[in-house]
Amino acid sequence: MYKTGLTAPQGVWWKPVHKSEKIWFTISFVWCLILFAMMPLWHLRGGQNPTGIRARVEPSAYLARVTQFIGDYGTGEFESGIPVVAPPPGAEVYLLASQYQWMPVLKLQQGAEYTLHLSSLDVNHGFNLYPFNVNFQVVPGYDYGLRVTPTEAGDYRIVCNEFCGVGHHLMVGKVLVEPAGSADAATPSATTAGGGQ
Amino acid sequence: MSAPTSASAALAGLFRTCPTTGLKVHKDADALIKANAVAATVALLIGGIAAILVLLTRWQTVHLLSDEQFYRWLTIHGMNMLIFFIIFFEMAILYFASAVLLNCRVPAPKVGWVAFGLMVFGALMVEWTMFTGRADVLFTSYVPLRAHPLFYLGVILFAVGAILVTVIFFATLVVAKREETYTGSVPLVTFGGITAAIIAAITLGHGAAIYIPTFLWSLGIMNVDPQVYRLVWWGLGHSSQQINVAAMVAIWYLLGALTVGSVVVNEKISRTAFVLYIAFISMASAHHLLVDPGFGPSWKIVNTSYFMYMAVLASMLHGFTVPAGVEMGMRLRGHTQGLFGWLRRAPWHDPGFSSLVLSVVVFGFVGGITGVTFGTEQINIVAHNTLRIPGHFHATVVSGTGRRWRSTASRGSSRTSSRSVCSSSRCR
Repeated sequence: MYKTGLTAPQGVWWKPVHKSEKIWFTISFVWCLILFAMMPLWHLRGGQNPTGIRARVEPSAYLARVTQFIGDYGTGEFESGIPVVAPPPGAEVYLLASQYQWMPVLKLQQGAEYTLHLSSLDVNHGFNLYPFNVNFQVVPGYDYGLRVTPTEAGDYRIVCNEFCGVGHHLMVGKVLVEPAGSADAATPSATTAGGGQ
Repeated sequence: MSAPTSASAALAGLFRTCPTTGLKVHKDADALIKANAVAATVALLIGGIAAILVLLTRWQTVHLLSDEQFYRWLTIHGMNMLIFFIIFFEMAILYFASAVLLNCRVPAPKVGWVAFGLMVFGALMVEWTMFTGRADVLFTSYVPLRAHPLFYLGVILFAVGAILVTVIFFATLVVAKREETYTGSVPLVTFGGITAAIIAAITLGHGAAIYIPTFLWSLGIMNVDPQVYRLVWWGLGHSSQQINVAAMVAIWYLLGALTVGSVVVNEKISRTAFVLYIAFISMASAHHLLVDPGFGPSWKIVNTSYFMYMAVLASMLHGFTVPAGVEMGMRLRGHTQGLFGWLRRAPWHDPGFSSLVLSVVVFGFVGGITGVTFGTEQINIVAHNTLRIPGHFHATVVSGTGRRWRSTASRGSSRTSSRSVCSSSRCR
C-alpha cells in the first residue's frame, strides 16, 4: 500500500495522518509560534533593535550635513588626515561612508545618548563596530539614524563589511569612547554595545 | 511502476529504458538533462578553482592573490556556484521530474535547446566580463557599484533561458496529462519539482525585474535606487536558493526511493509542506534587509517572522518525513530488528544513500538552524555581513546541494549500485 515518491498515487491521497507525524507537526508548529512571538516581543522589550529614524537624503545634502557637523564640533585634531569630532551628549552625529573611508573620527562619552546617522556618498557600505560586532547596512540616498549609548569606554574601529570596491578591506574608521567623568586611559575590554534605539 | 498507457509504437523508438531506475526516458529529455548537468559541472569546476584561490588568499600566511584579483575571483566563485551551478542543475532536475518520471516526451525539445543555448551564452558573457576585470562587483552586484553592461545582459539572457525551461516543464505536465502517460496524481518527486518550478518562475521574474533596469542604468538610460535594488535583487538572490531547497527535498525523496526503496509515509503531509514553501518562502528573502535603512520594523517582522517560520515549518516536516520514509522502506524490506536495526542495516557503502543522510543532516541542522537564527531581527545585528553568513550558506549549498548533486550523479553513473536498486524496486 505504501508507494515511493516516484510512483503516481492513484485515487484520493488526502488520507488521515499517522500519529507520529501528527505529534511532530504539533511540536514544529508550536515551536514556530514561539519563534514568531519572540521577534515582535523582543522588538518591544529588548534593548537592541535595528529600527531607527529613516529618511531619504541626497548624498550631496548628507555631505553638507557632515561638513556642518565637523565644523560645529571639530576638535581641530586629525587622525590620518581625518578630522576628530567630539559632539556633546544628545547631539545628532553624522558619519559618512565613502570609498574608502569613514568620516569623521568620533569622540563620544560613555553613558551619553546620541543619534548616530549613517549614509554613503557613493556605493553600499557596511557599518561594523569592531570588536562589538554591531552591523548596519549603509545605503546611498538613505539616512539611517540610530539612537546609541556607548556603554563601555574604549578605542573602537568601524570596519566596512559590504564590498565597496578594490579598497574595501582598507576602509577602517575610528570611534573613541571616553570614560564618564574622567580622562583616564580607556579600557579596551567590553561586554555589551549600546545598539540602536 | 505503472507502464505508459498510450505511448504509441511510433514513439517507442524515442525512448530508452534507464538501467538505474527502470524508467522509460525520452531521448531528447535524456540529452537535455545531460547537457544541463554537464554545464552545471563545468560551473562547479570553475567555482571550485576560484574557491581554492580565494581560500589561499584568506589564509594569511599564503595570501596568494592581490587585492584586485581576490575580489575578481570571489565574484567568479559566487556567480558560478550560486547562479550557474545551482540553476543549471535545477534545469536538469526539472526535465527529470517531468518528462522522465511521467514517462512523457519533452513537448518542444528545440525550445529546450534554445533555452540551453541562451543560458550558456549568457553565462559565457558573464564569465567574460568577470575574467577580464569588467565586473568586480561580487555576486550581489549592488547598484551603484558598476559592472560592464554585458554582465547584466548576460544574467538577463541566462534568466530568460531558465524561464523557458520552466515553461517547458509546465508544458510537459500538460502533455503528460493529456496523453495519459500516467494515471492518478503526479508522483511526489514531480510535485516537489512543480514547487521548485513555481518558485523558479517567481525568482526569475525578480531577476528580470531588477537586472533589466540595472542593464539600462549601466548604459546610462535610467536610474536605479540602491535600496530598491537590494529589495528586488534579493527576490532573485535568495529565492534562487529556495528553488534549490524545494528541488533538493524532492531529490531526497528520489534518492530514498532509489537507494532503500523508501516510501512516502503520508502524501498529504509531504505535499502540504511543499505548498507551504510556495506560499511563504519568497517573503523570507526579506531577512537580508533586516538592518537596512529603507524598511520599517513591521515590514521586517511580518516577513521574517510570520512568513519565514511557515516555510521553516515545511522544512521541519520534510526533515521528519524523509527519514521516516527511509525507516519504513527499510522495515518493509525486512530490516525490522530493534529500534535502529533499519539504520544499521542501511546501505551505507552506497554513495547515494550515505550522501542522502549527510545532505539531510548537514543541510537541515547546520544550514537550517543557522539560517533561522540569523534571520531574527536582533541576532541579525550581530550576524549581518559577517563571516557567519558564508558559514550558513556554505553549509546549505556545499553540504546540501553539492552533496545531493554528487549523490545523484553517482546514482546515474554507478552500474553496480543499480542492481541493488532493481531489487529494491520490488517493494514499490
